[in-house]
Amino acid sequence: MSQEPSDADFNAMLKRSLRAEGIAVIERMEQDTTQALCSDPAFLNSPAGKQKAEHIQQSNWMAIKAPSDGRYIGDWKRGEAIAQSGRGGTWADSGKEPSGGGCYNCHQIDRKEIAYGTLGPSLWNYGKQRGYSKEVITYTWNKIYNAKAYQACSSMPRFGHLHLLNQQQMQDLMGLLLDPRSPVNE
Amino acid sequence: MTAHTLRLRLGLGLRLGLGLGLRLGLGLRLGLGLRLGLGLCLGLWLCASAGWVFAQSSTEDITQYRDMLSDSNPAELYIAAGEDKWNTPAGPKKTNLKYCDLGLGAGKLEGAAAQLPRYFKDTDRVQDLESRLMTCLSQLQGISEQSIIDAPFGEGPKKDLNEIVAYVVSRSKGAIIKVSTQHPKEQAIYALGKKAFYTQAGPYDFSCASCHSQDAKRIRLQELPNLTSPAGAAQAWGSWPAYRVSNGEFWTMQHRLNDCLRQQHWPYPVYGSDLTIALSMFMAVNANEGLYQAPGLKR
Ligand code: HEC
Ligand code: HEC
Repeated sequence: MSQEPSDADFNAMLKRSLRAEGIAVIERMEQDTTQALCSDPAFLNSPAGKQKAEHIQQSNWMAIKAPSDGRYIGDWKRGEAIAQSGRGGTWADSGKEPSGGGCYNCHQIDRKEIAYGTLGPSLWNYGKQRGYSKEVITYTWNKIYNAKAYQACSSMPRFGHLHLLNQQQMQDLMGLLLDPRSPVNE
Repeated sequence: MTAHTLRLRLGLGLRLGLGLGLRLGLGLRLGLGLRLGLGLCLGLWLCASAGWVFAQSSTEDITQYRDMLSDSNPAELYIAAGEDKWNTPAGPKKTNLKYCDLGLGAGKLEGAAAQLPRYFKDTDRVQDLESRLMTCLSQLQGISEQSIIDAPFGEGPKKDLNEIVAYVVSRSKGAIIKVSTQHPKEQAIYALGKKAFYTQAGPYDFSCASCHSQDAKRIRLQELPNLTSPAGAAQAWGSWPAYRVSNGEFWTMQHRLNDCLRQQHWPYPVYGSDLTIALSMFMAVNANEGLYQAPGLKR
């Protein structure tokens, strides 16, 4: 029924419809190559789109940074609080306090928390099931840092890549998932 | 009815409504084991202000709540106030809204909301209910559209508009959703809305599709309609505007979209802007042939 609108028409509509409010500045609408690809499901499903997706995954992969102090596993208690908090980053937030991870918005983690979302898989018994090997640890760090390194259009935010969480926060979340003493691995 | 008795009736009505809500809220907390979501709310993008978090499945609880209320949705109060506003002369021009054309002819309300958004010749654009009513308020009553756009949600001229919206949609309850895509501008804005729905941007890479393109998913306990499917779109589009139990407020679709764009971590959408109308057009057309059940009752 409908023809693809031109980029010019589309951008003009966004321009007259959106305004900056607090920390939610208008520059947020400038897409990077990952966002541009993932906004176009029809192209994404074409052979050319699939090739592009591999390319995008690669560039996300290249940008992952290991923890600067070599420490992967932080404090699971703090990790739980970060996983619970979905605060931060919206026009209603000041931007002065560190953001939460909002992990429970999309994942089951500690099964004592029953208000969990289902956009992502359950992470209950995460380490207990996968083990605590070096491979599991680096995979999990990378995933939290930049899920688009494994799946170009994963709906999980790129917490390290886009500076949504700092290194300490990601280490603490790693503790929640991969410390054998964490309640997640009971 | 004079403005004085109107105010009186409205004030009484709202107080009654508050009492009802409170009573039911307490009953529910005891009866269904809800917990006050102060702690939990910190974890929700949605919970700007602390509210209730349902301890079981939200659908289950809201169904029980609906049963308890049976036919009396607190939105009734808004409908009654809106009916008065429709018929009572107001604004600098001291006229009522009986000549407002919502697409089916001046003053024709039956089923009109179930066919919006649509193209209007006089404004030469596609309009949703809220933006069309702003046109009527400005043209007929002389109330400035900007004053409505600038008002905080639920206050001043936006509160007045909410009530009129409630009244107008109540005259479409039970109608079949029938949104036209005949006019080239209707086709164009549908296509823009579809593109907007899938557009990812901002620090969380979110689009509407990130949360609303799969069946049976949730954020925390809030169920996410799949707005790309006819059934999901009809269920969602056909039940807005709605009275929200969690905060005791009446929200139109403009307010719903505003709050979703907030948690999408995007910049702020201008009230009644083309982006919001385009997104509504996308949802409404996907919902075509579904049942229009607004005003709804929500979490
Ligand atoms: C908006 C939803 C969303 C949020 C928020 C989110 N995730 Fe995810 N997550 C997903 C999805 C979807 C997947 C599956 C696709 C993928 O692997 O990229 C996933 C996958 C994962 C995986 C890989 C699981 C496996 O079995 O390989 C881990 C680990 C993970 N998430 C951790 C986290 C942590 C920690 C947080 C909070 C900082 C978080 N997620 C926040 C959606 C989300
Ligand atoms: C981060 C996730 C997220 C994003 C992104 C998002 N929404 Fe939502 N949306 C929700 C949640 C959660 C609810 C349920 C709210 C509640 O229960 O109070 C919801 C509710 C809705 C509803 C009402 C559904 C109903 O049946 O009552 C509509 C319509 C809607 N969203 C449209 C949109 C549109 C259009 C966009 C894009 C501009 C969007 N949403 C972006 C999470 C999201």
